[in-house]
Amino acid sequence: MAGIQYTLNRLVLMIPTFLLVMIIIFLLVRLLPGDPAIAIAGDKASDADIAAIREKLGLNAPLLAQFWYFLTNTLQGDLGRSILLRAPVLDVILARLPTTIFLAVYAISLSILIAGPLAFLAAVNRGRWQDNLIRAVFQVGLSMPVFYIGLILLTFLAAQLRLFPVGGYGETFWDRMYHLFLPAVTVALYTSAILMRNLRAAIIEVLDAEYVQFARAKGLPSRLILGRHVLKNALISTVTLLGLSIGQLMSGTLVTETVFAVPGVGRLMLEAIFARDYPLIQGLTLTFAVLVSLVFLMTDLFQSWLDPRMRLS
Amino acid sequence: MSELSLSQDAAPAQKPSRIRMALRKPGFMVGATIIGISTILALFPGVFAPYDPNFIDYTAVRQPPSWLHPFGTDLLGRDSFSRVIWAYSVNMQMAVLATIFALIIGVVIGALVGYYRGIADMIFGRVVDAIITFPFLVLVIAVVAVLGPGLVNMYIAITLVGWVYYARLMRAEVISQMGNDYASAGIVMGYSDLRIIFRHLLPNAITPIVVYWMTDMALAILLGSSLGYLGLGAQPPQAEWGVLIAEGRNFITTAWWLSLMPGIAIVLTGLGFSLIGDGIADLLRPRG
Amino acid sequence: MTLKSVQTPLLEVSGLCTTFGAGQASIPAVRDVSFCVNKGEVLGLVGESGSGKSVTLRSILGLSRRYGTTTGSVQWCGQNIVETPEAQMRKIRGGEIAMIFQEPMTSLNPLLTVGLQIDETLKAHTDMSSSERKKRAIEMLDVVGIPAAASRLGEYPHQFSGGMRQRVMIAIALAARPRMLLADEPTTALDVTIQAQILDLILSLAQDFDMGVILVTHDLGVVAQTCDQVAVMYAGRIVEQGAVRSVLRAPQHPYTVGLMRSVPENVPPRTPLYSIPGTPPSLLSLPAGCAFAARCTHKSEICETSRPDLVGAGTGRSVACFNQVKSEGGAAA
Repeated sequence: MAGIQYTLNRLVLMIPTFLLVMIIIFLLVRLLPGDPAIAIAGDKASDADIAAIREKLGLNAPLLAQFWYFLTNTLQGDLGRSILLRAPVLDVILARLPTTIFLAVYAISLSILIAGPLAFLAAVNRGRWQDNLIRAVFQVGLSMPVFYIGLILLTFLAAQLRLFPVGGYGETFWDRMYHLFLPAVTVALYTSAILMRNLRAAIIEVLDAEYVQFARAKGLPSRLILGRHVLKNALISTVTLLGLSIGQLMSGTLVTETVFAVPGVGRLMLEAIFARDYPLIQGLTLTFAVLVSLVFLMTDLFQSWLDPRMRLS
Repeated sequence: MSELSLSQDAAPAQKPSRIRMALRKPGFMVGATIIGISTILALFPGVFAPYDPNFIDYTAVRQPPSWLHPFGTDLLGRDSFSRVIWAYSVNMQMAVLATIFALIIGVVIGALVGYYRGIADMIFGRVVDAIITFPFLVLVIAVVAVLGPGLVNMYIAITLVGWVYYARLMRAEVISQMGNDYASAGIVMGYSDLRIIFRHLLPNAITPIVVYWMTDMALAILLGSSLGYLGLGAQPPQAEWGVLIAEGRNFITTAWWLSLMPGIAIVLTGLGFSLIGDGIADLLRPRG
Repeated sequence: MTLKSVQTPLLEVSGLCTTFGAGQASIPAVRDVSFCVNKGEVLGLVGESGSGKSVTLRSILGLSRRYGTTTGSVQWCGQNIVETPEAQMRKIRGGEIAMIFQEPMTSLNPLLTVGLQIDETLKAHTDMSSSERKKRAIEMLDVVGIPAAASRLGEYPHQFSGGMRQRVMIAIALAARPRMLLADEPTTALDVTIQAQILDLILSLAQDFDMGVILVTHDLGVVAQTCDQVAVMYAGRIVEQGAVRSVLRAPQHPYTVGLMRSVPENVPPRTPLYSIPGTPPSLLSLPAGCAFAARCTHKSEICETSRPDLVGAGTGRSVACFNQVKSEGGAAA
């Protein structure tokens, strides 16, 4: 089946890139001024401990061998042990990952809800006051740092007006939706600003397309033209753009988790940094890279599903 | 059936001078004004700030805004207004230093890769893919984690990650410019490679780079202040907008102005750069 | 050449003007254009890029309404459709007057099957049932010369070659049996060999369905082979008009003469090809007098100060020129 072939193709193409990703992560900790073993062992370790760790991490082996251990270990799921939490890195990450994913999906949904209709409105009314107003408002939104938006929402809606809880995660699904509403909105506001701008351009491009002109020349009703011709084509661009903004989304999530004290992997990253928990930092960086790659892959697959031209190539 | 040689397009109308066109656009002018003022404040903070930003005064702690202290005072009695003004130097410097090296490195690498193609291009493609697989902030934070917090390390981290975007842009531009006749003419005339790249291709390819640079400077301020807020960039007691917001965070309900005002400065400056970038992009877009 | 019986023309355009933009930046793309097309007749609109020929077609169908204002009269079935509101225009578009475009790859929605794109035209303009529509769709693909039509209904535009795509576009346009076809440079983007086929197809369909056709092109050769009447446009106006044989054999407007001379036919080797010197004026700053004056070899003083009107010059011919070229000029058609 063409779909499986395409998927396999894509996966194979990802391998060299992923190898490079691993190299970058590997080199990251090696950037450390000083001895990584000391860093990993912690301030209070004895010389014997340090030597043991050095042995265990294979730091005495040549660099290439070290990389090989790193690669094989990672692929087997051994990401090392967190100094801060005294548990395997993988377990620690997996415990907090669902929270972040929940937040991210929540934020994406909100940003589509915000950006989608507004981008459409702006594109269809190109040049008129609706377009200019929407673009101006989003331009301002784009210039606001995520943590600032979060802080403002937190202050006024949570602390002052007590409309939403100040932090935490919640228990049940709906409780979670309530607790995470403000953080999700914070991330969504920033992401939707980027999304709106790109989506608007994509829709304009479609509206100007010759096949839309031809559809008009065929005397088709406007709603049909918009619904069938414009929307489907614009959807493809939307999905691609969403995929590309995933990086921004994750950056935003990281900062937002900090502002709202949400127990996800973003906040974990910062805790790890201040605790100099290098195995955890390494593991988390890898996690983010994997998440982004997955999203890229899904975007590609979705696009090929929607666009018949790509299916057959 | 035969074709006619009727290929002339309608002659273009006389174009008004680009600068005059720029002056007419409100967006560009607003942006330029904002950045102009910001630059002056950054260069001469002492002139505009009424107080020493580090002057601690325990008798005037957490005062609300007043004629004496337009933005109030913080938990150590320092004048918030002066601190915000002095932060202009740090943040504007951030905008430049966090971007310019990435620009230079990226432009050179991008031009070389775009010109020579081949294996270098393939490797470059993989490297770009690998780096953009990481969310920008995550990678920057990771590098800062390893190097240690601080402004200089932050610049290094951002440069290490940010150069790929310039390189990618430059490469695309060079490749497209190579299709132009003047490039082929240069090759045919036997100009040295470097001469073709730097004296001919570069000036023509530079415009989208400059546009991107403006947006990048806006992003650099956002990123830098985020790192400052998180404690990974500029370190307190240095006056930097992100740091100031973090300092005010604990008093967000009682003295919210401490966090609000630096944020407004961030937004204004970011807007300024974006508007200039958009303005330049509009200007250079071919009419039609 | 078809016999022109005395009948009311199918389409009668008079004084059509379309302007884009406003005030100082207004572009008069079509200025005071008038012509008629009878049933079964093919009118060729010839001119360079920017002469206003495409805009004329779009203005007839009201497709320019979004971008500019159109005034004048376009009489269709006794109504001036320049004024007709959008809702009624939609019925006319595709249902009574159809239009095909130059580039079939971009004019067909790449995401929808060919069958669907025919079906939606039928749905919009006829009361046919779904099975009837399918039958008609297959019929249309057949008529335009697509082999194994039934099996190709479910295919996408990119699965057809260039010439086939243009045939598909024609099938879509004519599915609802309109009475008039506006063809905007339908063969320009095609290979020379395919061009002939497509033109033949258009002509035979026009005869079979008894349609009037306006064919826009910049290629005089196409006009010579397919059209009955020709109107030459320059800078938004018609400068010469008449029966094809007559105009091409003895062009009277210096511009038409220039066009004829540019056709490289029977030219000895190594002779530099002729092209009319200069370029058309910018529509933003049209000269006061005749728009062609700057490039004209026959100009006199009056040409620069006043604009010549289109006046009769022989049976069924008209020319807009103060210094018409007399019959001995011009290359053979």
